[in-house]
Order: sequence, then C-alpha cells, then structure tokens
Amino acid sequence: MNERQQTLFEFMQQQADKLAVQTLQHIGLTFISLFIAVLIGLPLGILIARKKQLSSSVLGVAGILQTIPSIALLGFMIPLLGIGAKPAIVALLLYALLPIIRNTYTGITGVDAAVKEAATAMGMSKWQILFKAELPLAMPVILAGIRTATVINVGVATLASYIAAGGLGEFIFGGISLNNTNMILAGAIPAALLAIIFDFLLSRVQKLNFKKIRRGTYAMPVLLILLSSFYFIPSAYGGKLTAGFTPEFMGRQDGNLGLESKYGLKIHTIVISDAVMYKAAYEKQLDVISGYSTDGRLKAYDLVVLNDDKGIFPPYYAAPIVREDALKKFPQLEKTLNMLSGKINDAVMTDLNYRTDYLHQSPERVAKDFLVANKLWQPSREGNAGIIRIGSKIFGEQYILTNMYSMLIKGYTNYDVSSKTGLGGTKICFDALTNNQIDFYPEYTGTGLLAILQPAAGTISEVTKNKDSTYSYVQREFKKRYQIKWLKPIGFNNAYALMMRAQQAKNLNIKTISNLKRYLNSK
Amino acid sequence: MIKAEQVSKHFGKVKAVDGISFEVQEQENLILLGTSGCGKTTTLKMINRLIEPTSGNIFINGKNITDEKPEILRRSIGYVLQNNGLFPHYTVAENIAIVPQLLKWDKKRTEKRAAELMEKLHLSASYLNVYPNELSGGQQQRIGLARALISDPPVLLMDEPFGALDNVTRANIHKEFKALDELKRKTIIMVTHDVQEAFELGNRICLMDEGKIVQSGTPADLLFKPANKFVEDFLKDQRLQLEFKTVCLTDIWSLLPNQHHKIDALTLSADTSLWAALESFRFSNAETIHFSKEDKEVKTIDFEQLMSAFNQYKNKQA
Repeated sequence: MNERQQTLFEFMQQQADKLAVQTLQHIGLTFISLFIAVLIGLPLGILIARKKQLSSSVLGVAGILQTIPSIALLGFMIPLLGIGAKPAIVALLLYALLPIIRNTYTGITGVDAAVKEAATAMGMSKWQILFKAELPLAMPVILAGIRTATVINVGVATLASYIAAGGLGEFIFGGISLNNTNMILAGAIPAALLAIIFDFLLSRVQKLNFKKIRRGTYAMPVLLILLSSFYFIPSAYGGKLTAGFTPEFMGRQDGNLGLESKYGLKIHTIVISDAVMYKAAYEKQLDVISGYSTDGRLKAYDLVVLNDDKGIFPPYYAAPIVREDALKKFPQLEKTLNMLSGKINDAVMTDLNYRTDYLHQSPERVAKDFLVANKLWQPSREGNAGIIRIGSKIFGEQYILTNMYSMLIKGYTNYDVSSKTGLGGTKICFDALTNNQIDFYPEYTGTGLLAILQPAAGTISEVTKNKDSTYSYVQREFKKRYQIKWLKPIGFNNAYALMMRAQQAKNLNIKTISNLKRYLNSK
Repeated sequence: MIKAEQVSKHFGKVKAVDGISFEVQEQENLILLGTSGCGKTTTLKMINRLIEPTSGNIFINGKNITDEKPEILRRSIGYVLQNNGLFPHYTVAENIAIVPQLLKWDKKRTEKRAAELMEKLHLSASYLNVYPNELSGGQQQRIGLARALISDPPVLLMDEPFGALDNVTRANIHKEFKALDELKRKTIIMVTHDVQEAFELGNRICLMDEGKIVQSGTPADLLFKPANKFVEDFLKDQRLQLEFKTVCLTDIWSLLPNQHHKIDALTLSADTSLWAALESFRFSNAETIHFSKEDKEVKTIDFEQLMSAFNQYKNKQA
C-alpha cells in the first residue's frame, strides 16, 4: 500500500505540468459556466418571483434539463456547437441553472411580507425594494443555490474531456482506458478536493453576516470572472495544426509519449473522446487525430493513415483471450472460436466497421451477413449445455466480433451465450475476465503487452519488432501470470494510427509521421 | 385634511370596503375600529395606495392621491405596522435613515434627527448600532415609530401598531404615545380591534362592520348616543370602564356641588378622567378630594357626590 501511494505521488510529480493545466481548466470550466448561469438564473428567478404564473413552467423546464444524463447532453451539444469549450460550458450552465433559479425564487418569495410592505410604504421603488431588501435578505438562500450548482459543475466538468474541453476528466478517463490507477486517482482526487474546497468556501460565505455579504456581493462577480479566466491560461499557446488525441493515446508509450520521444513531434494537442474525434477531423476542427487503422469512419470521412516510418505503434492483432478454466469447462469452445481465425484482414474489418459506424447497420446484422457470405453460419441449436459469457469493449468492432462468436457458439455447439457488451475500456474488460465475470473477450496483442503486462522499455522494443514476437510474448506471459490463453489471431491489425484528411495531407504533401514533423517544424 | 369619498374595494366578489366616506381634520387622531375582516386595514392601506380602490376618491389637503406617483406620495406619509417590518439586515440607525435617504437628506441632518427621536422615544443612543433582532418587541415597535416619524410627515398611518405587544408594554407605550409632542402635531389614522385602545387614543372613532362605517364620532358619542344596536353591543362588555375613562371631571363640573373646605386633601386637576378620580379615592383611602379647574376654581368632593354627578350627566346624555 505504501509503495502504491508513493507511486501515485511520483506520478503526480512527474505529470505536475499536465495536472496544473487540467486543474486550471477544470476550475475555469466550472466557473465560466457558473458565472453565465448566475447571469441568466438570477434575473430569471427574480422574474418568476414577480410573475408567479411563470414560475411552474420555468422551474419545470430547468428541472427537465437537470434530468438529462450528462453524457447525452454533451452529445446533443456537438452537432450544435462542435467540440471544445463552447458545448461543455453550455451543458454545464444548463445543469447549474435549476438550483440558481429555484433558490432565487424561493429566497425572494420567502422574504417577510411585513418587510416588503414596510419598504413599499416608505416610498421605495420596485428596484430599490429588490436591491435593498429582497436580494440582501434572499442572499443566503441564493448562495446556497450557487453552492449546489458549483458542486454539481465540478463533478460534471470531468465529463468535458469527452468533447475536448479539457479538465481533470482527461486523467480520469485516460486512466480508466490505460488500466492506470495512479492516473485515475491523479484526476479524481483533485476533482474531489476542488468540490470539497469550493463547497467549504461557499459555506463560509453563506454564514457571513449581513454587513459583510453586502460587500461580498460586489466581490463575487469579480472573483467569478477571475476563476473563469483560469480556463484560458493553458490554451494561450497554439500551433499550425491541431491534433485531437484520446485520453488513452495521450498516456501511452505507443501513443503520444512515443510520438514525442521517438519522432520529437510537438503539436498543439487537445484531448477528445474517440466517439467524436473522427467527425471533428472531418469538420476541420481537428487536423491530426489518433485513430484505429481499421476504423470504419476512416472510409466514411475520407481520412488517410500516416505511415509510421519509425515503427512506434506496435502490432495490434486481435484474438480472443479466454480463461483456461473456461476452456476446460467448455471443451468445444476453443475449436469454435478458432473458426474465425485468419478470416478477417484489415480491409475486411474496415468495411465491417464502416457498415456499423457509418451506415448504421446493427452489429448483429453485419456479423450474420459476414458469416453467411463465408459459409460459416448455421442456425442456432438452442442448446443448454452451459452458458458462455462474452465480454466486449465499448466500440463497434468489438460488438461485431462478439456477435460473430455468439452465433458460432450457438450454431456449432450446445452452449448458450450471454453477452456483456460495452465494458468500458481495457481495464474493465480485463478485470471482468480475471474475476470470472466473463469467460472471454477479443483483445489486441499491443494492448495486452502495453496496457496489461507493462514490461520494461527494453522488452517492449524487443518484442514489438514484428507481429509474431509480440503475439508469442503476450501468449506466454498471460498463461504464466493470469492463466489466460490467447487463441489464434483473427487476422487484422487494428493498430494505433495518426490520420489526417486525405485532401489536407495531399496539399501539404504529408505521407508519413516524419513528414508531419518536418512540416510542423518548418516556418 | 384627509377626505374619503365613496371609496370601495372589491376582491373578486367580496366587498372588503363598501362605499365609505369620512373626513379627518388636521391634527386629529381617527381610529378605525372593528373586528377582523371588517375592512379597516384595507381602508387604511388605500390612503397610501398599498391597495388601490376599486372606486371612489381619496384627497389629502384637497389633492387627489392618484395625482402623484405612489412612491412620492408614500414618502410624505408615515406608516407603522403591527409586525414593525424593520429590515433585519439594517442596523437601527440604517432602518431609521431609509426615508431620509430616499429624500436625499445629507448625513448630518439624518443623524441629528435620529438622535432627537431616540431621546424622545426613550431609547438609548447605543441601540443605533445594533440589529433589530437584538431588541425587545416594545423597543422594536418604538424604532418602527421613529422610522415613520423621522422625516416629520404630516400624516401618520398606523396598522394595529401595538397589537403584538403584551399588556404591560402596551400600557406604557400608550402613555408615551399620548405624551409625545411629535404626535400632537400630526394627523393620525390608526387601525385597531382593541376597544380600550380606541377610546384611550382616539379623538374620533369610526366603528366599521362588513366594509361599512356603522358610526363615526367622538368616544362619548359612541358611548352615550349609539347609532344602533350593533354599536351598543360592540361596547357592552366594557361599557362601565369605558364610560369612566371617557368622561372627564370637566364634563361633569357643573353638576358637582360648589363647595370648598379648607382641609388637607389630595388635589386633582379637572381634566382627569373619572376613572383616575375613582382610582384616587380607592387607593388613597381619602374621604374627600380637591378638584381644581385651571387653578382658579377648587371643589372639595366626596365619593357619593362624584357618582351622583356622573349619573346626572349620563341621564342628560341619553
């Protein structure tokens, strides 16, 4: 335990720059959206306190916004506002609205009627009553609303990294995909601390007496703007081209770290989820992205893969990995899974992915069409000799493969199948496998090597020289360490790849990663 | 000074105030008396336009109150509420200074006037810097009064001003209220449901019921010339006490025997109420008391003679 804590500390020290940037971005995102939410919510709350007939509809709409799942809300924003800070801020501010509007309304309507009557009777105008009596007296309640909104925003802002808005989510989601606990904690702990600190500070503001609050009301917007500006500090520097890399890619030796160390590539980079990355490249919001070489969207969005001339991306041959006790329990399993071996090359896989990702055919249909075309399909035997549990990661290719395996098992054996698809990243899938919650899932040799085994750098460069040495190394080590067997490779190599729009690559005459570096370095 | 003409206020189908008219003379103290729901508070609030009448007109100094912006009108009318309505986030000094601020007085003038009022209302100047919730109910009510009086408005409206106070505090405030020279210069309309309070503080009383004025007159008018059974019944429970409190020695002066014994006895002035005179007999155990009228005329009277004069007075009224 002690050793682990130390490594977390070491990790944070090593990544101090990034941590600082992410924390600043996180604070910035939280407070820009909070500031705008106050600008909108406060007047709206005052309005519905005056015109009560509007209150139920306004509070209703704000309430509905609150119930939209945050990832879905971010998803809605992309077609409207693209990627980056804008959609993230809008989504966050929509979440912050309800507590601010509601508390402003409650606070103002809760002011003692005698005080309001006295204020009116003394000859104060409506605005004077608002600013001298209603708002100061409602302030503790309004501040409580702002406090709730702040804590909500600190939490939801972690999701902003999905749409390239930065923040501590980069570490959290990068860590989940990389099976790197330290990285998760390096994002999660500061995020939790931010929430606790802001909650505490605002609780102190709330308890200040009336006098100080009056002065504090002026300090508040200034402070909000100051905290908001944090977001722009890191993004003050830019570059010729903008790259969008997934959190996973950012932290990998065979990803951004390798690009920096082996190619010396320095490019203005934003972190983004792979769900929106391809589209953003197509829409020219990004120029270079870290994709997968068999991704269907490569074809859909007319992107080209840059040649990895220094060989930093290790081979990623896909193969099912199975727990050995499952192989013993289901003797016919290995033979059945191997039926797919050698059947799918890169081009075929890209085409299958294109059908699901772009033509929106169901993975089930794509799998069946493929099996039928290759004369592998048989109707289900409706067997009940045991249930095999299949896992998959959360992207299209894995869905297609698990569907194929499921049909093969049902058609050729008497086993039944239960699918647990969409198990997040590598870490979640692999943990499910070792903890006997699934029996097998399709894994990639490169991932097994770098994300799970994590051998020394010397070993990595040794075994990644060609696809066979990688395969035999992971096969040997998985058997030894986890009693998990790598079955025969399916055939395609879904390696990491840098890609650009075909048109732009052609115009700039960039074919390899070295070309890209040369272009970036030229003035 | 204040004149209401056929003023009505309807809330939906409910006629809260139903075509009432009354007039208040300058420096007069008019009491709107009645049970809850009789329309007295609604009537009061129409005078400073907290409530706008459905129909009818109200004039102050011959000027229709709707001719002026309500904010401007209200700044020249003091207003005292039952639950004081002090700003809890303002100190006492800031609370008192609200109207001067609206009128853009300079700071020195406000401070001087506030100090003067605090003294008159028997409040220590050290209270100026505390918040209302640190004061007792009686003190808060005095601050509320100071706030209403600070700009020396000619008109003062009071909505059950002493309703939230206990009996002892209320009796003390009543005494101060009557003694305060500030108030003697003002035209006051006060709402109350307390008959004793109405008779003690009012020059004239408007007894209201179901949105209408049942009888309007001096306390003695209501007592001895009730307009109808309602008025009689309304005062019935406390009739004797009210009569004793309402009638002064001057009222019955001519009915008292003209005699002056040079003996050692208590002397009361002739503007004392009968009630106070009776109390003096009771508490000083005296056989006879000297009543003196403006130090010129002195009559030495015993208890029997006093009561007989009162009875004669009552018979004359009826």
